[in-house]
Amino acid sequence: MIAQQHANDYWKANLRIILWSLVVWALVSFGFGIILRPMLMGINVGGADLGFWFAQQGSILVFLALIFFYAWRMNRLDREHGVDEV
Amino acid sequence: MDQYTLNLLVVGATFALYIGIAIWARAGSTAEFYAAGRGVHPVLNGMATGADWMSAASFISMAGLIAFGGYDSSAYLMGWTGGYVLLAMLLAPYLRKFGKFTVPEFIGDRFYSKAARLVAVICLIIASITYVIGQMTGVGVAFSRFLEVSSSTGLYIGAAIVFAYAVLGGMKGITYTQVAQYVVLIFAYTIPAIFISLQLTGNPIPPLGLFADAKSTGEPLLVTLEGLVTDLGFKSYLTQEDTTLNIFLFTVALMIGTAGLPHVIVRFFTVPRVADARSSAGWALVFIALLYLVAPAVGAMARVNLITTFYPNGTGADALALADIETKSELDWVRNWQKTGLLTVEDKNGDGLIQYVGDKDANELTVNNDIIVLANPEIANLPGWVIALVAAGGLAAALSTAAGLLMAISSAVSHDLIKGQLNPNISEKGELLAARISMGIAIAVATYLGLNPPGFAAQTVALAFGIAAASIFPALMMGIFSKRVNDKGAIAGMLAGLIVTTVYIFLHKGWFFVPDTNSFTDADPLLLSIKSTSFGAVGALINFVVAYVVSSVTEEPPVEVQELVESIRVPKGAGVATGH
Repeated sequence: MIAQQHANDYWKANLRIILWSLVVWALVSFGFGIILRPMLMGINVGGADLGFWFAQQGSILVFLALIFFYAWRMNRLDREHGVDEV
Repeated sequence: MDQYTLNLLVVGATFALYIGIAIWARAGSTAEFYAAGRGVHPVLNGMATGADWMSAASFISMAGLIAFGGYDSSAYLMGWTGGYVLLAMLLAPYLRKFGKFTVPEFIGDRFYSKAARLVAVICLIIASITYVIGQMTGVGVAFSRFLEVSSSTGLYIGAAIVFAYAVLGGMKGITYTQVAQYVVLIFAYTIPAIFISLQLTGNPIPPLGLFADAKSTGEPLLVTLEGLVTDLGFKSYLTQEDTTLNIFLFTVALMIGTAGLPHVIVRFFTVPRVADARSSAGWALVFIALLYLVAPAVGAMARVNLITTFYPNGTGADALALADIETKSELDWVRNWQKTGLLTVEDKNGDGLIQYVGDKDANELTVNNDIIVLANPEIANLPGWVIALVAAGGLAAALSTAAGLLMAISSAVSHDLIKGQLNPNISEKGELLAARISMGIAIAVATYLGLNPPGFAAQTVALAFGIAAASIFPALMMGIFSKRVNDKGAIAGMLAGLIVTTVYIFLHKGWFFVPDTNSFTDADPLLLSIKSTSFGAVGALINFVVAYVVSSVTEEPPVEVQELVESIRVPKGAGVATGH
């Protein structure tokens, strides 16, 4: 039962990290890049607006940061819960 | 040295390299054949995934789509990269922990059902075959344009090269060849972009050049471009023309379609550890982003160059004279591309000038999306070796993706159909032989389809993504994140997603893509403003809902399946898992 509880804690922590990461993922692409773009029209980036920048460049940079953050954070979580490999 | 000899030398050298790697990386076991022995370093695996993923569509077509679509084409950029976030967090580490060889194998084990595995095999084969046709035709086009052989000879040469390294080396041969192909394609893509960015903005880094000032006007490049396109009556480059709903759903469909394409998912089976599967998705996106960050710059700059070529004295002055196109050597490329039919020039009003304008009736120049990247160095008058490099890069992109797709098809046939359903007692040697034979057959079928491309080749890519998004991705995700979804739910969900999405595509593109059998068009779609290419997102939602509803009214999955789900959720013990 203790092992079971432990595994559940690990999984719940993982789900929380995924959830917050996906909130950021959606915010920069679907949010800033598409739905919220009209609100960001006033902010000029190199001749275009901030929403255009997020749609064609910014979102990709954030995606990269997110994956490496997730990999780093999960490696730490694996060790904290003693479920890492070797 | 003339351009033809240069092209031949550069392309020949890259092909010799791929064959050399094939001989070095022969596969001896099924583990090596299907998963490269799980010994591929995450950085190299990321590079191979990049080459695997970036197809003729990414290399050849995408910048052209952006050049002519402007902001509306951003969905491709966000969709084809955002899917890797989903892969890294929702699929890759757990499927690596599961530790087997194919995507249908996971679906079959998790949903304890041979029928589920079979449905997954069918989805996989349809998605991969439709996708591979486009690669093979891309190989043919690149050969016929740059090496002046007929496109069928080009296809035979391409197929022979893929046959050599895929049949000999399996996943191991493919992976290491893809690393080399990535290097070729990324240089081929970025070097001309750097030249052009320097010419237009003085900034050597194309993604920065895109948002820098244009040398010619002193205003930002994008403002200059917007001025050019609106002067000529084209649709705006910066403002949104499509509906927000459709752009949103199209981006979703491309993201989950990316995460659900089997030839991409299996890449994460080839790394040594679960932790490597996570970081490998990051490395894959690093190598993909190198191209995807350059693509919008290539698109915008190519459009500027195209317009200024046809309006040498500004859009207010006279357009380019037809006589110049026929005589000037720096406009050779116009004549060369005219031969392929992908670029047409027609002096409709007989004034001796070629007007390139937004009004379709008055417009006298048409340029196919697909030639933007290939013609880009010629439009900008870059040196001959850059043009040869682009030819080699286009071929590398098409061949590497074709090999990955053929690998997914052959392992589905030999491992999931022959070993999984027909003859479970087949020896490892027998299975390896079956895998090689099915690879050979898959290459023959793909070559045949490349030689006789069904008129609908371009539309079928939408089908591949629709199926991956609506059937495979939801099934995998529910298999990992829910212990409650059972065999009946998964099968019902996959079939519902598959059927509804396919029918919606057929209603808009014609039944089995036969022209004139469609009841709707993407300009005026059946449901709100949802185009058939975006419908995969709705199909996925249907899959999730059906699977949950059916599962909740039927029995729970058996205890050992629930234990399987528990075990794939934790990385510990991944090394112990075997392929059988």
